Amino acid sequence: MSYSTKVLDHYENPRNVGSFGNDDEGVATGMVGAPACGDVMKLQIKVNKDGVIEDAKFKTYGCGSAIASSSLVTEWVKGKTLDEALTIKNTHIAEELALPPVKIHCSVLAEDAIKAAVADYKAKHGEMVETSACKG
Amino acid sequence: MIKLPIYLDYSATTPVDPRVAEMMIPYLTEKFGNPASRSHEFGWEAERAVETAREQVAALVNADPKEIIWTSGATESNNLAIKGAAHFYSGKGKHLVTVMTEHKAVIDTMRHLESEGYEVTYLKPESNGLVDLETFKAALRPDTILASVMLVNNEIGVIQDVAALGEICREKGVIFHVDAAQATGKVTIDLAKLKVDLMSFSAHKTYGPKGIGALYVQRKPRIRLEAQMHGGGHERGLRSGTLATHQIVGMGEAFRIAREEMVAENERIRYLRDRLYKGLSQIEEVHVNGDTEQRVPHNLNISFNFVEGESLIMAIRDLAVSSGSACTSASLEPSYVLRALGRSDELAHSSIRFTIGRFTTAEEIDYAIELLKSKIGRLREMSPLWDMFKEGVDLSTVQWAAH
Repeated sequence: MSYSTKVLDHYENPRNVGSFGNDDEGVATGMVGAPACGDVMKLQIKVNKDGVIEDAKFKTYGCGSAIASSSLVTEWVKGKTLDEALTIKNTHIAEELALPPVKIHCSVLAEDAIKAAVADYKAKHGEMVETSACKG
Repeated sequence: MIKLPIYLDYSATTPVDPRVAEMMIPYLTEKFGNPASRSHEFGWEAERAVETAREQVAALVNADPKEIIWTSGATESNNLAIKGAAHFYSGKGKHLVTVMTEHKAVIDTMRHLESEGYEVTYLKPESNGLVDLETFKAALRPDTILASVMLVNNEIGVIQDVAALGEICREKGVIFHVDAAQATGKVTIDLAKLKVDLMSFSAHKTYGPKGIGALYVQRKPRIRLEAQMHGGGHERGLRSGTLATHQIVGMGEAFRIAREEMVAENERIRYLRDRLYKGLSQIEEVHVNGDTEQRVPHNLNISFNFVEGESLIMAIRDLAVSSGSACTSASLEPSYVLRALGRSDELAHSSIRFTIGRFTTAEEIDYAIELLKSKIGRLREMSPLWDMFKEGVDLSTVQWAAH
């Protein structure tokens, strides 16, 4: 299995590995995936009073492409509003990392992780949110 | 100075032993005759080499050379044995028995026969990978014509009690086929004693070339097979096709070396494998897959909990190993062998198979240990599952948002 240089880079030097305290001010958590599929991503965002994501952290159990996808996402969401973050599509992630077809699902999961984190934030702050149901 | 990457995937294939390669080469450019050419020295010379090799293969397993048929490899031997016997004896019955942990060459052949109208029972092994004798016995019916059980498993290295299974089959009048591709040179095989009717061999798992194998077909009592390759009637009509003299010479030499050096080699390899295990068991949450006693000395199949297999393989790029993880195959499913043992998906995903061989050194083992300790640590720091485990969460109770 040969990986793109970008995937290898994120894998060797992952950005923003770690966790915030779950109940910290402005922190929301999205956890997606399942051990059965070999991919579990936990994405945490720290949102300031203006609704801008000022920090993000991730932890991932998954292959190199999954780790790279989630690491990339923590870079991309920083500085974005929640709505802007929701515009990040798996296709952008896959293109940036040059993911082969068999690894596209890793980028899809990363996109789901953003959605899950945003939904968690909105739920914590009283907004009713329509989440697309994961077709389990 | 260690040469990287370090090869620890001997169960996938082995390098051709230099002595074997040396034996083979003259048969490519000088002694190139067709062994079936009856009328000149080129043919006779090649035929002599083929028959010498046949004796060498037979000698390793204590069989009569007349019982050894050349094929293109263990996959073809498995096909010939299973399809060949199933078709020949279909008048007697159409039920076959095998085990869920068999190699694809057996499983896929069985599936194909199912599409032809045969019925197949796939037995589940115990959690240590071994077939339970009572379960096996109970699966045999009056209309069962053949059972197939591998001697040594390629993924977890466990050794089945083929002697006992053979007795059961003989008693019930069921033909017994054994895939011994991973066994030659690793365990003693005595076909004069074993009640085995058909046995598959591979050259490239025992330091011979790829593309050549053999099938043992018992003569007393005689087993009949329907040939799968037609055209010339070679190998007693069982397998047509010009014999690849150089390949056969290679396999013969490889098996000769195996017979002479197996005992001493196994001791050395067992020492190295145990050294590897000792080093790795210093890591937390490490689980061996498959029975630890009934196991070949070369194999160590270990799960590193809470770390995904492919990311682990990427981390240990300096080692050539194989993973029981989904990501290394095209589907999202973990190894079917580990699943059959009842391993959870997480552990099946996080497994690495290390197989040691003739050319492995202690230095390489020590390098591997240090590398794994460091990389596992790093990957666990990145893993949300490790966090949850450390916090005392029971992962089996979690509701995952899978897609």
